[in-house]
Amino acid sequence: MIDRDQVLHVARLARLRLTDAEVEAMTGELSTILDHIEKIGELDLDDVVPTSHVVALENVLRRDEPRPSLPREVALDQAPDSDGVGFRVPSPGA
Amino acid sequence: MSAAADAFAAVFGPRSGDPSRAVEHTAAELVAAVGAGTLSPAEIWSEYATLAAGDELNAYLWRAAEDPGADAAAPLAGVPLAVKDLFCTEGVPSAAASRILEGYRPPYTATVVERLAAAGAPMLGKTNMDEFAMGSSNENSAFGAVANPWDRERVPGGSSGGSAAAVAGGIAPWAIGTDTGGSIRQPAALCGIVGLKPTYGTVSRYGMIAFASSLDQAGPLTRDVTDAALLLRHMVGGDACDSTSTGHPGEIELPTAERLDGVRFGVPPELTGDGVEPGVRAVFEAALARIEELGGSVTEVPLPHSGHAISAYYVLAPAEASANLARFDGVRYGRRAAADGDLLSLYEQTREEGFGPEVKRRIMLGTYALSSGYYDAYYGRAQRVRTKIAEDFAAAFDQVDLIVCPTSPTVAFKLGERTADPLAMYLSDVLTVPMSLAGIPAISIPGGLADGLPVGIQLAGPAFAENRILDAALALERAIDFRSQAAARG
Repeated sequence: MIDRDQVLHVARLARLRLTDAEVEAMTGELSTILDHIEKIGELDLDDVVPTSHVVALENVLRRDEPRPSLPREVALDQAPDSDGVGFRVPSPGA
Repeated sequence: MSAAADAFAAVFGPRSGDPSRAVEHTAAELVAAVGAGTLSPAEIWSEYATLAAGDELNAYLWRAAEDPGADAAAPLAGVPLAVKDLFCTEGVPSAAASRILEGYRPPYTATVVERLAAAGAPMLGKTNMDEFAMGSSNENSAFGAVANPWDRERVPGGSSGGSAAAVAGGIAPWAIGTDTGGSIRQPAALCGIVGLKPTYGTVSRYGMIAFASSLDQAGPLTRDVTDAALLLRHMVGGDACDSTSTGHPGEIELPTAERLDGVRFGVPPELTGDGVEPGVRAVFEAALARIEELGGSVTEVPLPHSGHAISAYYVLAPAEASANLARFDGVRYGRRAAADGDLLSLYEQTREEGFGPEVKRRIMLGTYALSSGYYDAYYGRAQRVRTKIAEDFAAAFDQVDLIVCPTSPTVAFKLGERTADPLAMYLSDVLTVPMSLAGIPAISIPGGLADGLPVGIQLAGPAFAENRILDAALALERAIDFRSQAAARG
């Protein structure tokens, strides 16, 4: 179960400005999905090691050598707003 | 007959015997025809460019304007390729079917697309998909649903629905897609073609717009098993730009098997029981009979935790997605909302306008699962379930060589049928998600028809057993002879 206040809190964390209708729908839908997911609570998993990745790779290293990166004009080319030197954004506020 | 219906008939109907029609041939046959001098890369390109331009399925989001002039001597002989929209391609729109990336033209190309172009498979177009690969029906695309060429009132599956529909509809010789929880195998099954999810790590993820990084893997969608092997052979390989890529320990071989003598197949009761509709079950049981006729053995083998796979997956994949999709903020590329407030307003408004409903739902689910106070109960537990599922498969592969089960519990469903019920849509992946969590390879091949619609048979093997899977799939494909079954449907 997840309630309306929790949905608003999570939306804030996720940087999503949901409409009232979306908050309403999301509260019901997420509750249904979470009820299903919570079935994993029935399992005894105390001594089980978590898997974050299936590939047993450790310390994939490369030589620390300089190499070309994207030129600035290419990196800025797709920016919605740029001053030619950096990405332009509104003030973060007070 | 319309050009589109004619192209579909060229894939699944009786052969006309006209060797000059590229659309009648598999990709491997086209490579051979170019080698023999009976078709040129330019002729193949020209025919498929026309077919792609006549797309009535909404399978393509972008098509190449010019013949890139492929080298006839290259291993893939210029046979053109349809590419899922989430592969970054330099200068070419790559939006992962999302409004938030509409018009984005990346400054670089995904490693796997580069490898295939270098091998002689130039890009014919970019294919439609569920937004950010989140979906099982292709209805979550920001650019419209895709029709299944078998019945245009039905979904092609997803998320690689455009790639699957293009191959089945005869408007692409072959395609690549990505599979996170079934997104290659399930649409291949629903469209009557072959789809292979390789072992996690064998194909570079560099340049794939990320959904769930510990699960995402690129693979082929093709008319038959031989084409899948041929395409995969040129996809695999380690990549310094993807530190999780391993390559494949040996070369991907073109399969040759005609028999299955001595091959042990395991049927997991958890993936063949409740929820599999009767028509799918009948085709699956017929496939098991074929396996035994070919000399293979069939035994029951348990996968006790697979019933919890969907739950674990819908914690882990959204959690990873919520982190991966944090980058879409309207600052560096893609869409920016017209917001007149501060920076936070810009982020929130951009993401509100740019993401579709399913993407928002998954971001919310993932953010919730990772949030303070819930992390252990959801994310931590789901990671432990993942371990148990991988252990189940390891134990099964001590007893059998391959697992066999249906790919999808149902045939292609009607457009709109599951859109109002997100959980019902998630359960479309119930038979494909366990292999994804374990990182193991699995193929879907057409097994027959139920109510005139294709049913997929899934074969899964241990990590890096692609050659074993392809060999068994070829023997089974020959015995099933799906094309004859489809042609008889009329």
